[in-house]
Amino acid sequence: MRKILLSSIIITIGITFLSRLSYLQIFSFSPDQVLEDPSIKRVYSYPERGYIYDRNGKLLVGNDPAYDVMVIPREVQPLDTLEFCTLLGIEKEKFIEKLRKAKVYSPRLPSVLVPQLSKTDYARLQEKMRKYKGFYIQKRSLRYYDTKSAANVLGYISEVNEGDLAKNKYYVQGELKGRTGVERYYEDLLRGRKGVKYIQKDRFNRDIGPYKNGSLDTLPEPGKQISITLDKTLQEYGERLMVGKRGGIVAIEPKTGEILTMISGPTYDPSLLVGRQRSKNYTALYNDTIANPTWDRSIHAQQPPGSPFKTLNALVALQEGVIDENTTIRCYNGFYVGKTKRGCHCGGGLRKLNDGIYKSCNAYFAGAFRKIFEKFDTTDEGMDVWEKHIKSFGLGDYLGYDLPFGQKGRIPNKEYYDKWYGDNRWSSSFIISNSIGQGEILATPVQLANMTAAIANRGYYYTPHILKKVEGKDITNPKYTEPKHTTIDPKYFEPVIEGMANVYTKGTARWLQIPGIEIAGKTGTAENFTRINGVRTQLTDHSVFVAFAPVEDPKIAIAVYIENGYFGSRYAGHIASLMIEKYLKGEITRTDLEKRMLEKTLEDEYAKPYSGKEFKINERVW
Amino acid sequence: MFGKILKRIDWLTIFIYLSLVTIGWVSIYSTTFTEENASIFDFGTLHGKQLFFIITSLISIFIVLGLEANFYERFASLFYLISIALLLGLFAFGKTIAGATSWYSLGFFNLQPSELAKVTTALALAKYLSDIQTDLRRRKDQLYALLIILLPAILIIPQPDPGSALVFFALVFVIFREGLPLFYLGIGFSLILIFIITLMFGTTWLIIGLALLIALFYLLKRKSFKLPVIPLVLGVIAIILFSLSVDFVFNNVFEQRHRDRFSLWLRLEKDPDKLEEIRKTIGYNTYQSEKAIESGGFFGKGFLEGTRTKGNFVPEQHTDYIFSSVGEEWGFIGTATVVFLFSILFLRLIYLAERQKNAFSRMYGYGVISILLIHYFINIGMVIGVLPTIGIPLPFFSYGGSGLLFFTVLLFIFLKLDTNRLKESF
Repeated sequence: MRKILLSSIIITIGITFLSRLSYLQIFSFSPDQVLEDPSIKRVYSYPERGYIYDRNGKLLVGNDPAYDVMVIPREVQPLDTLEFCTLLGIEKEKFIEKLRKAKVYSPRLPSVLVPQLSKTDYARLQEKMRKYKGFYIQKRSLRYYDTKSAANVLGYISEVNEGDLAKNKYYVQGELKGRTGVERYYEDLLRGRKGVKYIQKDRFNRDIGPYKNGSLDTLPEPGKQISITLDKTLQEYGERLMVGKRGGIVAIEPKTGEILTMISGPTYDPSLLVGRQRSKNYTALYNDTIANPTWDRSIHAQQPPGSPFKTLNALVALQEGVIDENTTIRCYNGFYVGKTKRGCHCGGGLRKLNDGIYKSCNAYFAGAFRKIFEKFDTTDEGMDVWEKHIKSFGLGDYLGYDLPFGQKGRIPNKEYYDKWYGDNRWSSSFIISNSIGQGEILATPVQLANMTAAIANRGYYYTPHILKKVEGKDITNPKYTEPKHTTIDPKYFEPVIEGMANVYTKGTARWLQIPGIEIAGKTGTAENFTRINGVRTQLTDHSVFVAFAPVEDPKIAIAVYIENGYFGSRYAGHIASLMIEKYLKGEITRTDLEKRMLEKTLEDEYAKPYSGKEFKINERVW
Repeated sequence: MFGKILKRIDWLTIFIYLSLVTIGWVSIYSTTFTEENASIFDFGTLHGKQLFFIITSLISIFIVLGLEANFYERFASLFYLISIALLLGLFAFGKTIAGATSWYSLGFFNLQPSELAKVTTALALAKYLSDIQTDLRRRKDQLYALLIILLPAILIIPQPDPGSALVFFALVFVIFREGLPLFYLGIGFSLILIFIITLMFGTTWLIIGLALLIALFYLLKRKSFKLPVIPLVLGVIAIILFSLSVDFVFNNVFEQRHRDRFSLWLRLEKDPDKLEEIRKTIGYNTYQSEKAIESGGFFGKGFLEGTRTKGNFVPEQHTDYIFSSVGEEWGFIGTATVVFLFSILFLRLIYLAERQKNAFSRMYGYGVISILLIHYFINIGMVIGVLPTIGIPLPFFSYGGSGLLFFTVLLFIFLKLDTNRLKESF
């Protein structure tokens, strides 16, 4: 007993030690520990963020050096405070307060004393900096915008937050990251990769040399220069036209799916979100909940498309063989749904496809829509076929463009109506408004532009996209370079396009013809409602226009959506016409038209719902 | 004469001894290494000095082995008295290093007599116990034996060096091996257990636990067995009183730093803010040493690659916390190897002690084991965070001349005695 006592104690101690050691070294051990090791400091060197150019190589976004005056409180020596403050251009009290705060943060680590000096201040200060021990100037780079436009597409960058840090191990506190737009979607390309040096420290935080002789260190990888598909001139011109109006303009090059312009009105100058005034400006923009300048209407605003949608219904009816070019439908200055009459502005009479389109006859398309459903035994079948055709134009779902946000729009299906009316308790007359692009259909401007591009291409489209080149090389992502085919046979497009061309020659947009260019288009006037004090109130119709040109060799497809602009030919039609001329000719020949668009604003219209007074809608102003 | 010794000496022990000294020196080299002092033989550096101490120790081995075996038994009492005198002399001539007056300054070398006393006390105790006239059944003889152990400890406490003083109590094991009733050992362990339980759960829970234990015992006891009521009641009262006094002593006699050490060890502090505070102050060493060991992982970071070692994050790493450098640079493989080497050394020494025909040799052997074992247990336990902080070195590892020299002498006197194991008396 006494003999084995000591042996068993020794073995017990050995087992205890080994279990504790395996707990520490095997179970608690994490391979990431280089990152947590207090004895290893990481020093980063940041590459310059990539520049952004437009489709023609014009600079949109670059970088500008900024100079921060830094302070290490422990190293500060007595100085002529007054002189230094004059140099820095701040008050003495503020200087003392900032110095105090820096000391509270850390006496040993650098803090920013005065951020973002201008270049001239920097030049003046630089020579005298030697005199002031403990202060130094740190250069960093800020985004510089060579345009006042496209803020919604370009997006902005800001400091990473807790969420980013948790999601992505790459970032550390204080780094910048793309927040919206291209800056966010192509963050990885633009950012490059920071270089890192590992430095071995001792417990007094002193550097004692490189860790592992620098074998883990990496060099920074510069950000990529990218070109985006926007046409800077056209984008800037469009934004000028949008002043005082709300809505979206999206233009696409049908042959490639490249987005030529993507405008949201009202917008803001992207430079507002850079520099010393950033947070003040951001708050102001963010708090404007009425005009909502930070909300990109071109990809977010889901509105009823109105009459442009009639072209799709015509295509579906042709594809299903329920009409042909010579099918006639009578318009009684409207049409009947049961015993209720729905109106039409076309003038009435016997309509064929061609004048149905250019006169935008509601009765014709209601009839064609009914015929689609009459082909099938059940409404469900008809609905499925219709939905399949419509969705093949990229409506009712995310398009897949390379911007971080967006909305799906809505193409209703049978489940949707079953929910509303009950299973099999609805028919085509219940949903007849869909025939003229009202009803339950919603689409964003970019979806309308894409739909127009598909018509212009006679049956296919490329997924709209914003990235054109990376470091001078064209993108090869098959998602954007392979066509998506619609379910409509190419031959059915010709009669519809002819009708759309006639919109310009003898239809609803005959005053908007551009001399020398053949355009095809379609006006739209969309009813819309809001709630004022809980009462559903109709507002002035939205003005919608889609068009492409030239008809035989389309170079631009455009959708313009102007909120409360009334007739499609009015604001939207004008703007579309000017945009097409600007893009194809490079100049505007119809200066009176241009002048009118630049001067007219809809601010009065937008003020109506907030005025608290009775107001009229759809006023004939001009 | 050396031919005979070489034939009989226990080579396994020597092999382990040399392995430990080598690993120890490599670890010291790591902790003191910088790009500027990479040379091994630079005696201005700590690793250079330690190399000198190792050479000195190796020379001392030859002296120890060269002397007659009966020399140690014969002069045991004299050595003991000399070391007691040296300990006393510290009060007058001692040199103070790091707050403790534990050294004599000999110019090139600081002698720490408490290290010497460990050897001489082991010898003296063995001699007293092996005396034919000593009978451990007698109270008086028990007391004498205890006194031999306690005297140096009492002299060392006021240096202050409570860690070294504690080491001497390990020699009690020798007395147990030779026949002190295990009853005493039982009481000792019970007191430690009650102390810990009181701190962790409080007196109330201790009483409840005790009541349950007695009830269980009463239910399971054989019918014929008569419960000794009076001793039992007295025992319970004694336990409760002790437990209450623990509470009192802990809260009123202990200083805050002592309390913090215990609350850190027994994980009593649950408030994360206070825990953070303790980690930065009293628990700093333990925290850093645990982190260094943990960061080594299974395979370690490699020789001279220990970042926390290089950055001097673990205080006293070349002395008491040397094991953490093994943990960081050589990983679990390294630490497990060291634990194995020590365990085998101890088991081997027990085997050697048990095969001695001569009572003095056997008892001295147990003295050697007890002293080395308590150092190993407390030191590594402290470094890996299973025991509270008590500053004593790891034998054969930690930096320090006196320590290495006298641990070597301690061990090799026994090996010398072992070569003479066949003779019943010298």
